[in-house]
Amino acid sequence: MLQSAAPLYDDLIPGGSHWSFIMRRGHVLRLIDETGGANVGMLMYNPENPLERYNMPDTLKNQHTFLLTKGHVLLSDMGRVFASIIRDDLGWHDTVSGTCNADQVEKRWGKKTYQEAHNHYHRNGFSSFLNELAKYGLGKKDLTANLNWFSKVKTDDDGNMAYVSDHSYAGATVDLRFEMDTIVVLHTCPHPLNTTPDYPRHPLRYQLFKAAPVTDADPCKISSPEATRAFANTALYHMMQS
Amino acid sequence: MIKESELKPENASFRETVPAGDYFLKVVKAGETVRILDLEGNQAADTLFYNAHNPTERYSAVDTIREQGNVYLTAGSKLMSSENNVMLEITADTCGRHDTLGGACAAESNTTRYALEKKCMHACRDSWLVAVTEHEELGMTKRDITHNINFFMNVPVTADGGLTFADGISDAGKYVELKAAMDVLVMISNCPQLNNPCNAYNPTPIEVLVWS
Ligand SMILES: [Zn+2]
Repeated sequence: MLQSAAPLYDDLIPGGSHWSFIMRRGHVLRLIDETGGANVGMLMYNPENPLERYNMPDTLKNQHTFLLTKGHVLLSDMGRVFASIIRDDLGWHDTVSGTCNADQVEKRWGKKTYQEAHNHYHRNGFSSFLNELAKYGLGKKDLTANLNWFSKVKTDDDGNMAYVSDHSYAGATVDLRFEMDTIVVLHTCPHPLNTTPDYPRHPLRYQLFKAAPVTDADPCKISSPEATRAFANTALYHMMQS
Repeated sequence: MIKESELKPENASFRETVPAGDYFLKVVKAGETVRILDLEGNQAADTLFYNAHNPTERYSAVDTIREQGNVYLTAGSKLMSSENNVMLEITADTCGRHDTLGGACAAESNTTRYALEKKCMHACRDSWLVAVTEHEELGMTKRDITHNINFFMNVPVTADGGLTFADGISDAGKYVELKAAMDVLVMISNCPQLNNPCNAYNPTPIEVLVWS
């Protein structure tokens, strides 16, 4: 799945921070929970037309799943594949709980301003996303349901949601192979259902690799007829690029 | 939770039938109650809500389910905005459960869910795109089309993380009623989906009623 073992790039994003970059298709973004307990909020957009964005309902209903794990693809609202999950050590990632906002962070963990804490001030996921989105001319209207990597939220038969603490561990890894060029917007702010007494501050290590070519027998491509058709749509989108 | 309404249709200040495949667009004022009525049964009413004075603030599916701690909507559910404000509360519901995770049908998602050649079939997102382009005064575009509520749809989540599209639990005459906590723009696509067995491949009209 990876063309080489050594990463092209390796970086650490501190806990309670935000960052963004463009992934080029044919590359793998490896997310590593450096310390255990991480939550990584993510949004995705097509740099060529940012009106095309990650779509939680299409991703879930096409694959008849409430959780995300290895073998699933992350779909845009245009019926195409932004990325395939080609490795996952945890078996469950959340995409239905949204992200924390300033009020929630203050209520749960208190307010900590830049003046008192410098770069350890309490950032929240909502403002962090907006901060990064603005770099691409995007804003509140472009916010959509985000992914929460390394976090698990399950439900019972009546639909009641429960956040599973201690789900992720140090070294837990997710590999995302990008099938389209994608603006990736990230934050390392707490999951909105995390009730840990102290503001959870867990860094993300991420690495970039060149992906091996995607074959017709690729497990994500053949994981469902829906995924196969989403790959066909993506191939059509790229047809006039060599 | 099944909860009947006290309101009588003959006292409604507004009534309109919305055929399958059409959109409905109307401002409902704070304090008013809006009812969506499934006239013939098992019809999906794909609904979006916006702050009528600032459509940048809109219904948020993820904030709504997280804040109530439950993935289904029914009587008592408070519908939250992207700015963490209560937009409406469901005050009556004779259906018992509504979906907000499954999203709307679109030409493009029809290609992945059903078949590539289904791309030109009329879909909910088309209805909304027509609605916002026919109402330029709203200043809305595709950017404003976000994750909706599917009134009358049943999309059960299983304990091991599965998602299923079950047969509808709605029936002719069932309804959901919402009281607005702020002035809201209601935008409904009465779903034209012809590929989903939930509606027996027969999309049907709904009725919208408002009490002042
Ligand atoms: Zn529809």
